[in-house]
Amino acid sequence: MINVDFGLDTFGDVPSDETGAPVSHARSIRQLVDEAVMADELGVDVFTVGEHHRPEYSVSSPETVLAGLATVTRRIRLGSGVTVLSSDDPVRVFQRFATVDALSGGRAEVILGRGSFTESFPLFGYDMADYEILFEEKIELFSRLLTEAPVNWSGTTRAPLTDADVFPKTERGLSTWVGVGGSPQSVVRTAKYGFPLMLAIIGGQPQRFAPYLDLYRRAADEFDTTAHPVGMHSPGFVADTDEEALEAWYPHFKVVRDRIGALRGWPPVTRGEFDREVKSGSMYVGSAETVAQKMARTIHDLDVGRFDMIYTSGTQSIKDRLRSIELYGTTVIPRVRELLAEMPASIGVVTA
Amino acid sequence: MTTATIAILGAGKLGTVLARLAVAAGHRVLVAGSGDPERIRLILAVVSPGAEPARAADAVDAADVVILALPLGRLGTVPAAALTGKVVIDAMNYWWEVDGTRDDLGDLHTSTSELVQRHLPDSVVVKAFNHMGYHDLDEGPRLEGATDRKAIAVAGDDPLAVATVSALVDAWGFDPVRAGSLRDSIELEPHAETFGANVSAAVLEEMLERFPRTRRGLEVTLARSRP
Repeated sequence: MINVDFGLDTFGDVPSDETGAPVSHARSIRQLVDEAVMADELGVDVFTVGEHHRPEYSVSSPETVLAGLATVTRRIRLGSGVTVLSSDDPVRVFQRFATVDALSGGRAEVILGRGSFTESFPLFGYDMADYEILFEEKIELFSRLLTEAPVNWSGTTRAPLTDADVFPKTERGLSTWVGVGGSPQSVVRTAKYGFPLMLAIIGGQPQRFAPYLDLYRRAADEFDTTAHPVGMHSPGFVADTDEEALEAWYPHFKVVRDRIGALRGWPPVTRGEFDREVKSGSMYVGSAETVAQKMARTIHDLDVGRFDMIYTSGTQSIKDRLRSIELYGTTVIPRVRELLAEMPASIGVVTA
Repeated sequence: MTTATIAILGAGKLGTVLARLAVAAGHRVLVAGSGDPERIRLILAVVSPGAEPARAADAVDAADVVILALPLGRLGTVPAAALTGKVVIDAMNYWWEVDGTRDDLGDLHTSTSELVQRHLPDSVVVKAFNHMGYHDLDEGPRLEGATDRKAIAVAGDDPLAVATVSALVDAWGFDPVRAGSLRDSIELEPHAETFGANVSAAVLEEMLERFPRTRRGLEVTLARSRP
């Protein structure tokens, strides 16, 4: 069994206060500081905040939040999940994360993605029709910037660079992942650049992603790059009992899911679909023991080296969020490690 | 099974899942992505083993039935002439996050499958496999008669082609449900109750039956009552 890292991910969902009213975006961001500090103290390995440009979420500028977390945390790694590289400038992304890396003593990491939300495109003046080429060119440029040597680059999506030296330099390089939602082409691209792969598994049986891990490893072999341990992230919530977790989580999940679903043409989610997703799909909702059992099964079956729980879902109460983090850190993670140690070795072998 | 060879245009999430279903049902399966088949050789070998990479023109030429599983916004790249005389399954949806905002694709006067048929005037278009999420399609196949078998709606204007596609749906592990004409296939598009449906034939039939009384159904009726 490879060593597994455990993380907590959020888009900075705006929670509710003790009266049940949603808090301001500003308070929502400050709440993340409390939660990251708690996660750090509990020994969670990584905390990531993802870029969105919607009213439900307070994080549009992940690295600014991470800079705030950098000087008040000690050990936890600080990441973006994801940075929408397509609608950003790779040079600025590098500079901002290199700065967070300095502030945190080398704990910054970027997860680059195309984003499953597209609000950033019109906001920053990009055309959705260029979705593919924007990511393709920018990830290529980003991979060159990571060498931290002067860069020569030209393409169609930004001004060319000639011997461009970019600062600040990091002390040990900038940890960079690529977040993928389920496109096999994106898995191959990640392997081509030799980046670690972060799979967003947010619906359906997680085991059906096994071929993607195999694809990543075989593509890395073909490109002669390194296949790193693969990470995954899925939504979850931990409470004292299964029933408490389900009843506390479902109404908030439903509001956000239905609001976003309506934009995409999905009908409202039903309780039956939710229960099925919790039972056999990709939601890790329940008591610490229930969540730990499910996580251990998935981690074992997929042979991933990192599991991040998306721990926020809509306007949950701050109190429920904090309790969930506490249970995740104190009970779920140690229990998953214990369960994994008891399981026979996975069939899939990580080559890295 | 008389439909021996299936061509799938599109090697993304949906195309690779459909390729798996088709291979499992014993078909020869040719998959074309955009451009050089070499680019998807490894993807197919791992994710849809048994399916062969091919150029779109070659895949279509060899196929008895062709499935369109690419972004609807790329319909213009589908080689219409090469598809002459073929039964074409339209598994695509208007997805503004990929296709951008397109007034033509969002127009309630026409279903998107009617637009596909217009682009392919010499083919017979049938709508199927569009309403179920790709992971439900992947997990869903069951033998005929299984109590938890899920349904796939099939809509089209040509009875023979609809029968051919319905037989494929059945052979690939789902109950086919008749969903009217291509014009009616707006009942299977985003914003309809059926969109995302991973349900039994009886439940899917109920959804289709009540479509005219849903908000979306009323919007469609209203739009279509005006020029």
